[in-house]
This record gives sequence, structure tokens and C-alpha cells, in this order.
Amino acid sequence: MSRSPMRGGKAMGGRPPKRKMEKGVMWRTIKAVFKCYPKMMTFTLIFIIINAIISSIPSIFMERVFSVVDKALKAGAGWSEYGTEITWNMLTLIGLYVISLTMGAIDKQLMAIITQGFLKKMRGRMFDGMQNLPIKYFDANSNGDIMSYYTNDIDALRQMISQSLPQFLTSSIMVLTLFFIMLWYSLWLTLIVLGGVVFIFIVTKIVGGGAGKYFVGQQRAVGKTEGFIEEMMNGQKVVKVFCHEEAAKADFDKVNEHLYDQSNRANRYANMLMPILGNIGHVLYVIIALIGGAFIINSVSNISIGSLAGAGLTVFNIALVVAFLQMTRQFCNNINQVSNQINSVVMGVAGAKRVFDLIDQQSEADDGYVTLVNAREVDGVITECEERTDVWAWKHPHGDGTVTYTKLCGDVVLDEVDFEYEKGKPVLQDVSIYAKPGQKVAFVGATGAGKTTITNLINRFYDIADGKIRYDGININKIKKADLRRSLGIVLQDTNLFTGTVMDNIRYGKLDATDEECIAAAKLAGADDFIRRLPDGYNTMLTSNGANLSQGQRQLVSIARAAVADPPVMILDEATSSIDTRTEAIVSRGMDALMHGRTVFVIAHRLSTVKNSDVIIVLDHGRIIERGSHEKLIEQKGQYYRLYTGAFELE
Amino acid sequence: MIKVLAKSVREYKAASILSPFFVALEVVMECLIPFIISKLVNSIDVAAGATVKMSEIWMYGGILIAMAFASLLFGALAGAFCAKASAGFAKNLRKDLYYKVQDFSFENIDKFSTPSLVTRMTTDVTNVQFAYMMLIRMAVRSPLMMVFSLVMTFVMGGSLGWIFVAVIPPLALLLLLIAKKAMPLFHRVFKKYDNLNESIQENIRGMRVVKSFVREDYEKKKFDHAATDVQMDFTKAERILAWNHPIMQFFFYGVLSTVLFLGSYFILRSNGATSVGEVSQLIVYGMQILMSLMMLSFVFVMLIMSVESARRICEILAEESTITSPENAVTEVENGDIDFNDVSFKYSAAAERYALEDVDLHIKSGETIGIIGGTGSSKTTLVNLISRLYDATEGAVCVGGRNVKDYDLTALRNSVAVVLQKNELFSGTIKENLRWGDANATDEELVEACKLAQADEFIQGFPNGYDTFIEQGGTNVSGGQKQRLCIARALLKKPKVLILDDSTSAVDTQTDALIRKAFREYIPQTTKIIIAQRTSSVEDADRIIIMDNGKINAIGTHKQLLGKNPIYTEVYTTQNKKSNDDMMSGGGDNE
Repeated sequence: MSRSPMRGGKAMGGRPPKRKMEKGVMWRTIKAVFKCYPKMMTFTLIFIIINAIISSIPSIFMERVFSVVDKALKAGAGWSEYGTEITWNMLTLIGLYVISLTMGAIDKQLMAIITQGFLKKMRGRMFDGMQNLPIKYFDANSNGDIMSYYTNDIDALRQMISQSLPQFLTSSIMVLTLFFIMLWYSLWLTLIVLGGVVFIFIVTKIVGGGAGKYFVGQQRAVGKTEGFIEEMMNGQKVVKVFCHEEAAKADFDKVNEHLYDQSNRANRYANMLMPILGNIGHVLYVIIALIGGAFIINSVSNISIGSLAGAGLTVFNIALVVAFLQMTRQFCNNINQVSNQINSVVMGVAGAKRVFDLIDQQSEADDGYVTLVNAREVDGVITECEERTDVWAWKHPHGDGTVTYTKLCGDVVLDEVDFEYEKGKPVLQDVSIYAKPGQKVAFVGATGAGKTTITNLINRFYDIADGKIRYDGININKIKKADLRRSLGIVLQDTNLFTGTVMDNIRYGKLDATDEECIAAAKLAGADDFIRRLPDGYNTMLTSNGANLSQGQRQLVSIARAAVADPPVMILDEATSSIDTRTEAIVSRGMDALMHGRTVFVIAHRLSTVKNSDVIIVLDHGRIIERGSHEKLIEQKGQYYRLYTGAFELE
Repeated sequence: MIKVLAKSVREYKAASILSPFFVALEVVMECLIPFIISKLVNSIDVAAGATVKMSEIWMYGGILIAMAFASLLFGALAGAFCAKASAGFAKNLRKDLYYKVQDFSFENIDKFSTPSLVTRMTTDVTNVQFAYMMLIRMAVRSPLMMVFSLVMTFVMGGSLGWIFVAVIPPLALLLLLIAKKAMPLFHRVFKKYDNLNESIQENIRGMRVVKSFVREDYEKKKFDHAATDVQMDFTKAERILAWNHPIMQFFFYGVLSTVLFLGSYFILRSNGATSVGEVSQLIVYGMQILMSLMMLSFVFVMLIMSVESARRICEILAEESTITSPENAVTEVENGDIDFNDVSFKYSAAAERYALEDVDLHIKSGETIGIIGGTGSSKTTLVNLISRLYDATEGAVCVGGRNVKDYDLTALRNSVAVVLQKNELFSGTIKENLRWGDANATDEELVEACKLAQADEFIQGFPNGYDTFIEQGGTNVSGGQKQRLCIARALLKKPKVLILDDSTSAVDTQTDALIRKAFREYIPQTTKIIIAQRTSSVEDADRIIIMDNGKINAIGTHKQLLGKNPIYTEVYTTQNKKSNDDMMSGGGDNE
């Protein structure tokens, strides 16, 4: 009665379960749970085992009670003679029940705590691990894929830990216990039941396999239908404008019909499995009854562990057969349980495997040892200090134990940089750039020319060979990544705001910033004006990436966010692309103020944004083809000139 | 709500009825089977003094196997019909939703938002499908099972049956109580869980921001906090639910012991009138009764949980399109005249401000009109009224001399072609995309339209030419190429009015000019309305409309406006800022 059936669609929405069970993963999962709750888990395990064993023995008592009854009837005696014996048997049974109930109740409670605690821990491990992954990972995997670790795979894991595994364990133990009890009573009958079990497994494999095949098909059809619906809903207004409704309906019908077909088949198989298995049990029951009856009539001598152990049971009698029939029923039920749970366990293991895959991902390497510290400059000598001074310095420990301090200025040099994301596909070739403190350097070029790649290298989202990029004269590979990035402010084209107030979002740039600092930053970015006009001003809640703001407004907030961090170097990657020219004119004053005194790298489509840069670098297919000031480039009448006069399309 | 949903069952009505029918038969079989089993056991029973009656064993064994097969058959049929009915119901629901949305007006679409429409057609339908499956199988099976089993206990056990009657109410009450207590908790925790997942998504999407600001540890702490909260709530809810099982077990054990004890007592007291077989089968019935109670409470919770999804689906099905064709609609648009007669418009009745106010505008067929204005000045709103994407709140919009409300929508929109600002290409070849404009267009016509839109050249440059496959969302063509394809698609409609809503923003100025030149030369009778950011795109228009804050600020030619209208002048000068050298001809920004 938990989440999964409700979310059935989603849970099934995972990848089709691999048939191959990975033992290693299973063990690792179990070990991880134990490590999480060593005591609780031990108790739970013991309780489950004891409980399972106790649950399988009522049939023994039934046999004993009925034996007594049988005896009494045969002797023609009544309740008064045998009542006490029956009562004693009953009391023992009740005693066992009380133990079983107590253990069952405690075990379920513990399991609820363990499951949720374990899931929390796994989520945490995934998330923490993910924070340390290199950007490369996020570029290589789609958001949806990464998200499904947290939804589908965690769901599968939950299902496995809280339900499938315990049930699987319980059923297996009950099957084993019953098997021994059955052997205790009668070897022949047990063998017959075993024959039935083999049959059940075969049927499960055939029918279950069919269901599995079509469930995979259904999954694929669901994916296709969802993709279709998403595309059409996104383009719904175009559909309306072109009166394309009828054609859109016809296309949809085809996809929908296929999904129906697959879903129908998959569910048909799945729905049929239970009645089939249950009734095989009934047939088995009849066979046992017939043979048992025949044995009784013919007084066949019984072979069993019980008889060998000398506990009577040498001849078939009614009580034995009745009890055995009861056991057969229980045995079949549990076998059915086991075959039902296998699929779910396999799915859980597949989920666990993916969860571990994410956890095992190599985190971002960082061999940097140069750190950023607060500093004080007295007579040109820089000393480190604890308090915030707004003067920063690079603390550079050397191999010989000495430590030198270099003042943070924002001098960035790229020296003949080559780079490729994929082997054999160079993205940057022989790129050299010199940005002096306070200079504004602009990158212009078509999509894919390598503009963003350069910024990816400066903040070490991607690493290149040693010594090619230097920051204040220091090889950036020696700088600790966190400190390097703290010294750089970045505003990206795809603004990402987080759920929270506008103020929270601005403060993201500097967590200990006061409200006044945030507002000052917003003013600098030209965002203050519109923020004040929002319903709750700076306390307006932003949700789903600031859906209640326009793209231009989002960009302004993200500029303010970078401004409050007050870094010596800023990278603006299409930061104002969605602000219309009129608004940009207003913002540009703020932007100028923001850029003043900083080294700034600007990437922009809109040439009016880059015009006043100290250097404009025109990139084409990863190479610098022109560089110089706006005036100089216009004079050259090269590519930049063509772009500027609108004779060339950038995108 | 049920009435609305039930309409979607349609051709699966038979399966929907047959499924519970066979479920009922299956239940009857399942309830009779223990009865026959007890007979079978009794025939083995030699206690009554007789010998084992082998012939009886054969007879009952035969009956039992026949019944098992019948039960298997009924069960399998019930399962198959249930699968068909629920999958079919889901299919029809999806279809109805999709068809409904096709008939939605822009206003309806805005109201629901695209992601929400998608979820309703996918996740919500799946949830309802699952609930429907429960409803026509489990929800029928459990109560029937309970009633039949109860009857059988009386048939077989006589007064022992009262034990079960006594047990049902307290157990049902307890299960219901647990469900009632747990459900609001689950509701709450699911919401929190969704929020948690949303914040993970946010984190993944914003990973560059997180890393740039070195906020990894901050994010970890934030996450841990939220995850712990979810864990606490989940544990609380699950711990309540975890009582279900022990309670069931308690009652089961209780019933088992009582039946066993009293059963033996009765057998001995009655000297064998009640039989061992009967008592042992009573226990089976007891099990069935309790299990079906458990199932029932499960079904109950599942159904309640899917109510939310059902409600969201019904919301769409019940939504009436705000714009429909009138009766006796006019199907012919005479010419490209456009008139706005004192038009005002607001997006919803509740809105405080009008998006358009007092617009009085008259455009003659064949005119070229440019529209300029800042973000939020309602340029798009203005043109959207022409093809009746929205209805004017006050005043009347006329095309070809008639109110747009008089036209058949298809006829109107085929005559008024709009290239939307947020335009979309669909996965399929270029040809397929172009034929949205005219399904019967010949290849030559396609090429001709593309030539006008200056798209032919780059299409010919593709290895597969006009058969090039466009990926979903048109991601494999550049922004400028996409815009030109969209223009060509609109041209194929051979419209009387052509509206370009900021549709050449990514096209370079030269090509932009060529497109406008082609318009002038090849479709002179068509009324052309061009919304643009760049003044260069509208300079040569017959008239330029300046929009500001939902009102027409000025109308005039480039010459009339430049230097006189402050907005136009400002936009023009920012875009054509005279640099040191005055080489600037038409240039502007290249977004």
C-alpha cells in the first residue's frame, strides 16, 4: 500500500529489467543497508527468519490436534477425555503466535525506519557525489537521465528493500521450512509436490517471459507516445495557426493505437499469471489427495524423516494427509510468492546498480594547492590575515617549504591553447589571449566557433595541458579549483535561478551578503527597478527557474548575483541576449559600472554589446581570425565588418 | 467526474462488463473449491468408521480438477478482458484529451501550460488506467469473495461462521482507520518528495552556476536538510501503514486458533457430525475473507489516490474551447482589408489592465505594415486578434470587411497566415514540414515558396535537400534557417494576410531585405504585417505602427516618424548609433 502502485507508470517507466542478476550489486546493497543500521538490521533479519519459520508450522499443530480428534473419535471418547490434550496443543500454538506477532510488528516498524533511512542515505551519497562530478559529466548526460537515478532507480531500490527482499526471504524460508516438514511427514508426497513446483516454474517462465517482453514493448511505446505528445503540445499554437488539427489527430491515433496494443498484451499476460499459478496449486492439491487417499486405503508404508527418526508416522493416516494437503497449499502459495518477487528483485538490483554507478563516478580531480586568502598590503608587502579586507592574495606554497603571496589582480593569459572535447575533433587551435587587469575582452563568432569553450577552460570546467593558462602569473592547474572559481564571476546565457526569493537568489553569489549589499548589486545590474515592481519586491518567490519572470529579467537577476560576489574577473556569456535593445541601453550604464575595474570576458551575439571592448576577438572554427578594437576591425573590412553591417548571419 | 470519465469507455464497454462478470465466476469457483476439497478430505476420512472411499475421492478429485480448470479459464478471461478494458479506456482517455486540446483556443492553452497538458495526458492517464484496472477486477473481486466465503462458512461450519462475522467489523474499522490516518500523511510527503526531486533537477540544470560560485557544500547542506525532512515524513507515514500487516496477522491467528479449537470441540461434542475436512477448509475461508478485506482497503487507498489524477483529466475534458466557429459561418475571405474598430482586449476578465486599449486601425488590402515597440507593448497581442487567436474584449476586428467572428475558423486562418514569434518545426522532413501550409502542394510550389523566403539556397545545400530530416524542435537547423522555413511554410497557404511576428530576427539584414523585396514583387495583393525589433526591417513599409504600453503611440512612414516620434527615434538611433565613422548603412544588431 505504498507509493509504487500509484506511481506504477513511473516505476515501470524505468529501463527494462536486465534478466541477468548481478550478484555483486545485490551483496553490495545488502552490505550497505547493514552498514547503515547494523543493529536494527540484525534484529530485523532474525525476526524475519523466526517469523517465517513460525508461520510455516500451524499445519503441524493442525495435524496434532486433528490426530487427537481422530484418536478420540476412533476410541469413541469425547471432549472430556481429550479436551486437555487439545487445549495444551492450542496453548502452545497461541504462544507461538504471540511470538510471531510481536516479532512481525517490530520487524515491520524497523523495516519502515531502515528503508527510509537507507534511501535518505543513498540519496545523500548520490547528491554529494554528484556535486563533486566534473562538468563534463553533466555535458555528456542528459538531465532526464541523471534525474531518473533519483526517481526511477531510487523507487526500484525502495521497492526492493522494503518489500521484495523481505518477502523473498520470508517466502524462501517458509518454502525451505515447509519442505523439511513435508519431508518429515512423507517422502513420496513431497516428491510429487516438487514435481508440481517444477511445473510452476516452467509456466512462470513462459507466461512471465511473455509479459516481460511486452512490458518492454509497452515501455517503448509509452516513451514514443510521450515524446509525440510533448512535441505536439509544444507546437500546439502552430497547429492552431495552420489549422492542422485533423492531421495532428490522425498522427496521434497511430501512436496511441500502438501503445494500446502493447499495453493490452503486457497486462493480459501479467493478469493471467496469478489465476494460472493458483489453479496449478489446486490441481496439485487434488493429486496429493488422490494419492494420499490411495495410500491410506492400501495402507502403504510411509517413508519419511519422521518415521526414520522414530516419531511414528509409519503408516498414512487421515490426519497426516490432511495436514500434508494444508502444507501443499501453503507451499504452492509461497512458491508463487517467490516467482512473483523475482522480477521485482531483478528490477531493484538493476536500480541499485545504477545508483552505485552514479556514486562510483570519478569526482572532479583537483591537484591545486594555491589558495585564495584575505590579505593586507603594507608597503608592497603582502601578508595573510583572517578578517575580510577586500584585498585578496594567492597563497603559493613551494616545494622547499616557503610560501609566497601574489596579489589577486585578474591578469589572465592564454598561451597557444589547443583543445578538443573528443579525440580528433579540435575545438580550439592555437588560441592566445592576453587580458590585462581591468580590460574588457570580447569574443565574437558563429555558434560552435569555440567562444564558450575558452571560458570553460579559464574556470577549469575542462582541463588542458599544464602552463597554457596563467592567472596573475600562476599556472591555473596549480590553483585549487574552488579558489579559482571564487575569483571568477560568471553569467551564463541559460540563466538558472533557484527556488527561493529574489533576495535569496542574489545572495547566492555571496552567502553572507547583507540585504543592502544585495540591493546595491541589483541596482548595479539595473535589476532593482523591475524587482521593486514585483508583487513582493525582493521577497517575491521564484519557482521553476523563475518562470514568473521574463527571460530578460532572469538575466538581470543573474547579473546581480554575479555582481554581489564582486569578483576581480567576470565572464559574461551572452548575458544580455534576451534583454531588448531599449532595455539594454538602460542596463548598459549599470553594466559599464559593473565591469569597471574588472577583467571582463564578454561573449555576445549583439555587436552593440561588444563594441566598446578593449579587444574584440573574432573566432572561426576554433581559430582566432581577427583581433583588435572595434574601430580597427571595422577598418580592416574583414569578417567583423561583414557581421557588423549585417551582411553575415551569425547563427 | 465519473460521468465525464465514463464517456471514454465506449467500445470497451463489453470488456469492462465481461471482466467483472468473469471475476465473479472465478470467485464462485474459488469459493466452491474449498467446499469440494472438504468433501474430498472427508472421503479420505476413515474416522466415521467406514473405509476410505476411493470412488468418492475420484469423483471429488475429478470435480475439483474440472473446477480448477474452470477457475483458471475464468480467471484468465477476467485478466484478459481487464487488460483490454483498462488499456482501451486509457487509449480513449488519451485520445479524448488530445482531441480536446486540438480544439482549444490559445486562451485555453495558456490556461493549462504545456508541461501540465503533457503530464495530464501521460502520468495522469496511467494512474487512472491503473485505478480502472483495480476497479473492474479487485474492487469486484474482494467484496464478492468476502460475501461468498462468508456464505460458505455458514454452509460448512454452521454457527462457526459467526466467528467471521464477528471479526470483519473490527478489522475493517482498523484497516480503514490506518488508511485514513496514513493518507493525508502520504499526500503531504508526496508533495515534499516532488519538491525534493524538483530541487535536484534545479541543481542538475544549474550545475554550472553551482560550480562557478563554488556552492557545492551549500547545496549539499540544503539537500540534506530537505532529504531528512522527506525521510522523517515518509518514515512516519510508512510506520502507520506498517501496522496493517500485524493487525491482519493478529486477526488471522485469532480466527485460526478459535476455529481450530472450537472446531475440534464441536467434532468431539457432535461425535463426528462436523468433520475434520470441514474445519480445515473453514480456515481457508477465513483466510480468504481476511485477505479480501485487506485487498479492499488497498483498493480503497489506491482509488482515493488516483482521484487527483482523474480530477486533472476531467478539468481538461470539461473545458470548453473559448473560440469556436459560428453557425452559418462565412467560408470565403474576400480580401486582405483589416479593420480594428475601437478594440480593447485583456487576457482574462479578472485582469486589471487592458493589454490593448482603444485601438482604431484600418489597413487596406495589399498594404505593408511595420510594427515596432518594446517588450510588453502588446505588438503580438494586436496581431493575434486578426486571425482570431483571441477574441477582442471590446470593439470589433474585421477582415475582408466582415467581423472575424462571422468566419469559419479554418477559412479565416487559412487566409490569415501567421508566423509566430515562438515558432516550431516538427520532426519530419523539410517537405513534410512545408506541407503544413498546403497538404497538396507540388514539389515545384514548395521550391517556389522557399525561393521567396530565401530558404531554397541553403536547403539545396543540404545533402538530402528537401528530404532532409528535421529533428524534434528543429535543432539541426540554425535559428535564421528555421525562421525562413517557417516563412516559406506560411507562404504556401497563399494567404490574403501574412503576419510575421518577429520572424526574421535571426536572419541577416541583407537576406531580410531580399525577403521583403520578394514579398513586394510576388505577393503584392497580400496584406503584410511585420513585427520587428530592427527598424531596418520596417523602414520601407507603407506605414509603421509604434506600440507603447498597449496603445498605438503613432502611425506613419519612416520619414514621418524619424525625428518626430521619440520612441521610434530612440530605437533607431540606438541601433544605428553613429560611430566615429559613419559607414553604417542599414546595420543593426544581429541577435
